[in-house]
Amino acid sequence: MSVLLLADHDNGALSPATARLVAAASELGAVDILVVAENPAPIAAEAAKIAGVHQVITVTAPETAETITNSLENLAQRYRNVTASASSVGKDVIPRLAAKLDIQPVTDIVEILGPNRFTRPIYAGNALETVEDRQATHLLTFRASAFRPAASGNDAPIETLDLSVTSAARFLAAHRTDSDTPDLATAQIVIGGGVSVGSAEGFQLIEKLGKTLGAAVGATRAAVDAGYAPNDWQIGQTGKIIAPDLYIAIGISGALQHLAGIQGAKKIFAINTDPESPLVKIADVALIGDLFEIIPQLIAELERLGIKR
Amino acid sequence: MKILVAVKRVVDHNVRIRVRPDGTGVETSGVRMSMNPFCKHAVEAAVQLAEKGDVSEIVVVSIGPKQSNDVILTALAMGAHRGILVETDAALETLTIAKLLAKVVAEEQPDLVLLGKQAVDDDSNHVGQMLAALSNRPQATFASEIVVKGAELEVTREVDYGRETIAVPLPAVVTADLRLNTPRNAALPMVMKARSKPLTVRPAAEFGVDLAPRLTVEKISPPSERVAGKTVASVADFANAIAGEVNEMEAL
Repeated sequence: MSVLLLADHDNGALSPATARLVAAASELGAVDILVVAENPAPIAAEAAKIAGVHQVITVTAPETAETITNSLENLAQRYRNVTASASSVGKDVIPRLAAKLDIQPVTDIVEILGPNRFTRPIYAGNALETVEDRQATHLLTFRASAFRPAASGNDAPIETLDLSVTSAARFLAAHRTDSDTPDLATAQIVIGGGVSVGSAEGFQLIEKLGKTLGAAVGATRAAVDAGYAPNDWQIGQTGKIIAPDLYIAIGISGALQHLAGIQGAKKIFAINTDPESPLVKIADVALIGDLFEIIPQLIAELERLGIKR
Repeated sequence: MKILVAVKRVVDHNVRIRVRPDGTGVETSGVRMSMNPFCKHAVEAAVQLAEKGDVSEIVVVSIGPKQSNDVILTALAMGAHRGILVETDAALETLTIAKLLAKVVAEEQPDLVLLGKQAVDDDSNHVGQMLAALSNRPQATFASEIVVKGAELEVTREVDYGRETIAVPLPAVVTADLRLNTPRNAALPMVMKARSKPLTVRPAAEFGVDLAPRLTVEKISPPSERVAGKTVASVADFANAIAGEVNEMEAL
């Protein structure tokens, strides 16, 4: 009942969500991690520390959908479950692998009910689908935010797999958002800004509040489309799915597509001028008023209280 | 260049869906249906490429019940040239859809296949990637920009860390993200004209693909409801509430 888990990484560092994915995958069996990267060694060393990891396998290759899929395909017959994060990489490669192996995948899993029973959201999280997968091999992706992270302190062995994988697609350039805020998908506190924030400068105020709380910063699709915030900050059905302990929604009315991304939040706080907005209606705590007046006062108040994560 | 665009008929994305109380699914009868928003971006991308020249034909295909003709007509009104409906009343899994589309790709031999990155009903985000594998083509998923450079495409993709640009040689499969373009609303004359464009209906059974599902759907259930909270009167109260939450958090 072994499990292969594809590790996400960026800029030479293992994704902070990996410990959560290991915890999810461990519910199905002993976990081996696959790292496909041009320089996999430092990423593999980080992965080997996560509790529950049996071994880490590395493939040295540029990361494209094809090289990753071919690496997974080469290893797949050794495993009962081939798994990945429901991230932009997992979403890119698991369906491609599924077609090659003739397996119907189950993706965006938020709950593991048994070795072949899984729950996944549909209709932007407005319904939950429970499926039974009786295929001999399972191809799965997990939403990292739905699982608590595994501990660290392990020292799993690292095996180098000498594979030659090719790709018709070529990587040309990365366009990265420079930001020192925590990872949105795994942060304990997230501040979200809506289109009412009004400008990129307005978002600097949101970021300042984020810094005060050590929180990640996100945005609605409308705010991203308006150019106020970068695309990788988008929270919602088509953006990032978050499950922080605390989500503070600022100037967000609460479109269905946005609510889809925040349903996993333990507590939702809202600041809005409109007491009738859908987000205020579902918020645990709401403050009605103008965000440009409130946020500077709030930052001062939080600093006075000495809140720091 | 010949382009094939695959489109899906779904519950309109502005409809607040209702889960049937018996757990058998989401109520779709008597509910407004329309083209999946991501598919609209794929159609628009094809039409824009045609407007820039060097596109010989845009063929649009949908798989579903007879009513899926409506979304094919929408695509034809937007500027596609010819439609194919692969007709079935069965709810097909994504792998089956991809296999049917692979048969259409084998027949039509398009240089570029465009699809939406996901359908807003099952939210799977599978079919483009599966079709790329089945037709042995490279893929560029979650596209926010497509530039034709001779015999290849430069595609900018929306990814978790921001955006990235990749080059894919044609023939290729590209899936559309929301910021790829702004889909047009077809003017009435185009809607009238769409009705005279060729639209072939073919039963799904004639493609020789096993349509049986692999997974068993046990139930469809509604998510747990959030209970309404309270409104506080001052910034100080709000800050204290935040402090209370932060103090309760587990140290990770």
